Amino acid sequence: MRQIAVYGKGGIGKSTTTQNTVAGLSQAGYKCMIVGCDPKADATRLILHAKAQTTVMDLARERGTVEDLEVNEVLLTGFNGIRCAESGGPEPGVGCAGRGVITAINFLEENGAYDADTDFVFYDVLGDVVCGGFAMPMREGKAKEIYIVTSGEMMAMYAANNISRGILKYAHSGGVRLGGLICNSRKTDKEYELISELAKKLGTQLIHFVPRDNQVQRAELRRMTVIEYSPEHPQADEYRILAKKIADNRDLVIPTPISMDELEQLLMDFGIMESEEAA
Amino acid sequence: MKTIKIKDHNELFQEQTYLDQFENKREFEDPWPKEKVKEIAEWTKTEEYQEKNFARKNIKINPAKACQPLGAIFCSSGFEGTMPFVQGAQGCVAYFRSHLNRHFKEPLAAISTSMTEDAAVFGGLNNMLEGLENAYTLYHPKMLAVCTTCMAEVIGDDLNAYIRTAKEKDLIPKDLPVPFAHTPSFVGSYINGYDNMMKGILSSITAGKKGEPNGKINIIMGFDTYTGDYHEIKRLLTLMGVDFTLLSDASAIFDSPNTGEYKLYPGGTPLEDAMDSINAAATVALQQYSTLKTMDYIRKEWSQKALALSPIGVKNTDFFFEQLSKLTGKPIPQEIEDERGRAVDAMVDSHPYIHGKRFALVGDPDQLLGLVSFLMEMGGIPVHIVCSMGDKKFEEDMQELLSSSPFGSEAKVYSGKDMWHLRSLMFTDPVDILIGNSYAKFLWRDTGTPLVRIGFPLFDRHHLHRYPIIGYQGVLNLVTSIVNTVLDEMDRKTINTTSFDVIR
Repeated sequence: MRQIAVYGKGGIGKSTTTQNTVAGLSQAGYKCMIVGCDPKADATRLILHAKAQTTVMDLARERGTVEDLEVNEVLLTGFNGIRCAESGGPEPGVGCAGRGVITAINFLEENGAYDADTDFVFYDVLGDVVCGGFAMPMREGKAKEIYIVTSGEMMAMYAANNISRGILKYAHSGGVRLGGLICNSRKTDKEYELISELAKKLGTQLIHFVPRDNQVQRAELRRMTVIEYSPEHPQADEYRILAKKIADNRDLVIPTPISMDELEQLLMDFGIMESEEAA
Repeated sequence: MKTIKIKDHNELFQEQTYLDQFENKREFEDPWPKEKVKEIAEWTKTEEYQEKNFARKNIKINPAKACQPLGAIFCSSGFEGTMPFVQGAQGCVAYFRSHLNRHFKEPLAAISTSMTEDAAVFGGLNNMLEGLENAYTLYHPKMLAVCTTCMAEVIGDDLNAYIRTAKEKDLIPKDLPVPFAHTPSFVGSYINGYDNMMKGILSSITAGKKGEPNGKINIIMGFDTYTGDYHEIKRLLTLMGVDFTLLSDASAIFDSPNTGEYKLYPGGTPLEDAMDSINAAATVALQQYSTLKTMDYIRKEWSQKALALSPIGVKNTDFFFEQLSKLTGKPIPQEIEDERGRAVDAMVDSHPYIHGKRFALVGDPDQLLGLVSFLMEMGGIPVHIVCSMGDKKFEEDMQELLSSSPFGSEAKVYSGKDMWHLRSLMFTDPVDILIGNSYAKFLWRDTGTPLVRIGFPLFDRHHLHRYPIIGYQGVLNLVTSIVNTVLDEMDRKTINTTSFDVIR
């Protein structure tokens, strides 16, 4: 069983990319599971064709304690046998969402959600690793493999670098490694070159460049992955390629995060940002 | 009749069966050889180890402090009909209760909202609402004083909004006083918790009560765990004819008479008096460090004169009465003057045994300042002064005090240090007497330095808290306990020599 966590800036397309990739893996014959780690709980809708599934924390709230839950109440099966769970969490502004993720993952583990014949578990984690709770998937040897979704936009790259710093922290204690950057294209200038260079600087690879295509949105409106909605569409192939690359990936590294100055220099080198003197 | 002999702990574990068991167990513990342990134990007494010990950053060993909510509960339990109410986990509250039980040998009721994992995720609103309703319905308190544990603080529970919601939903009466204080355990210590709770209670119950001056003096004891001090201050002020309100009278609950009947609320500061404290002529706190925020609040919001005067030792007690006399216009009665004379007489009688003796002290800031001042009056030489909850200001205050007397020249002040630091100091620079709480007995065990138990907590000796350490009566008690500790040690050391004397 390989446990993989997908991180990246909020709104970058982690959930879409994850679900499409997992759909690709399942078509290739792998048994997969997705664990959403975000109070918004929108990491499984394309697989389950549902608005939002009942989360672990929803039921815990209803019953008063997580101990009264059965695992089959929160672990649902969707497209192609992919199993889905969502941690859920509190209302915005109260309580502790990070603790919700910890509680939910512990619950799933203790109640045998990860059975032996599962090939891949994907954690889809909230954009910013704001506290220890959102680092839970990387802790204690759970996900040993991280992919960061990014784009050519400055803040997405900044987030990718920041997440690398988090991975570095857990790399020595928990053995977690970076598998690569996934560029979810925003069609910014020299995007491919820029992210390839960033990947190099972080000591990793650009594992796949996912081109922008409106077919993704069309499929999403129908609560489906592209692979399910239009299996023949070229965009579906892109996700299948990404899925295969991840399945075959052996290039797992301890990242080498860069400083803010280096990151800005990178943008200047690509002519995306002007240096202060020039401005 | 069948009798069951229950073996005493002390004998039981000395039986061969147990001794063998301890020995056999070692095999599974994979311990260092006994000689190596002995060698390292010896090494911990050296200068070299002390240097490493003082460079230690990431661990505290036996610090003389406990956390904020303990102080908050202690503060609120001194008010009439008041139930301490803790937003947080059950275990914390069990700890606060047992900690106070073990010191006072008295029961204490306190409520926990029993926050568990789901409350940590969703926030503690429901726990608070249900808790307030239950507490009010079951225990009929006149006031519920809310404080917090770490858990509620880390997730940022909004006490003010929660309490308001409880009242809006009519779970508790709208006019029930429910003061609150945020008391994160990971910040400060019980002296800050006491301060925060006192400020919380006073600001809540005096709201809108500003009226005619009542001419009284408010007295705040601070985190003082000597019930004898409470009785003493009441006696002294009554003697002097001062009309006063003791804000938080912990003696009611922690020194309640045994009548065969348990009272949930055995007394404390009448709420009506506490509400009127805003109209007093002045407020006098008997501790400075555990009332900083409260006194600042009283000065600014009540526009009241607020003085911190700690009457430990002769000089401090003199100053206390002088200031009190100035504040109230009441002369110091002859009876108190006589008490002073008796205390000074006792000091003179005992000073040959205390003069020139070297002391190590560990404890709370206000008590340390009082004790050091007193020791120097007796010609005692403070050497190591450790204050785990001390700060820069404490260091400066202590330094100022030390430089006021030739006996203070040897002393070094250690703020934020613990008893393991003190252990090193006591090996490299030994002293004659150690003053500290019950946990200091480990230093007595390791260094053989006789221990005078003063402070909090005092778990392993009975009734010490019943004897005041403030005022001239307090001086008498301090002289007695210190000199007799010196004399006990002298007997022990001169046993079977010609100096083993019946007269000391």
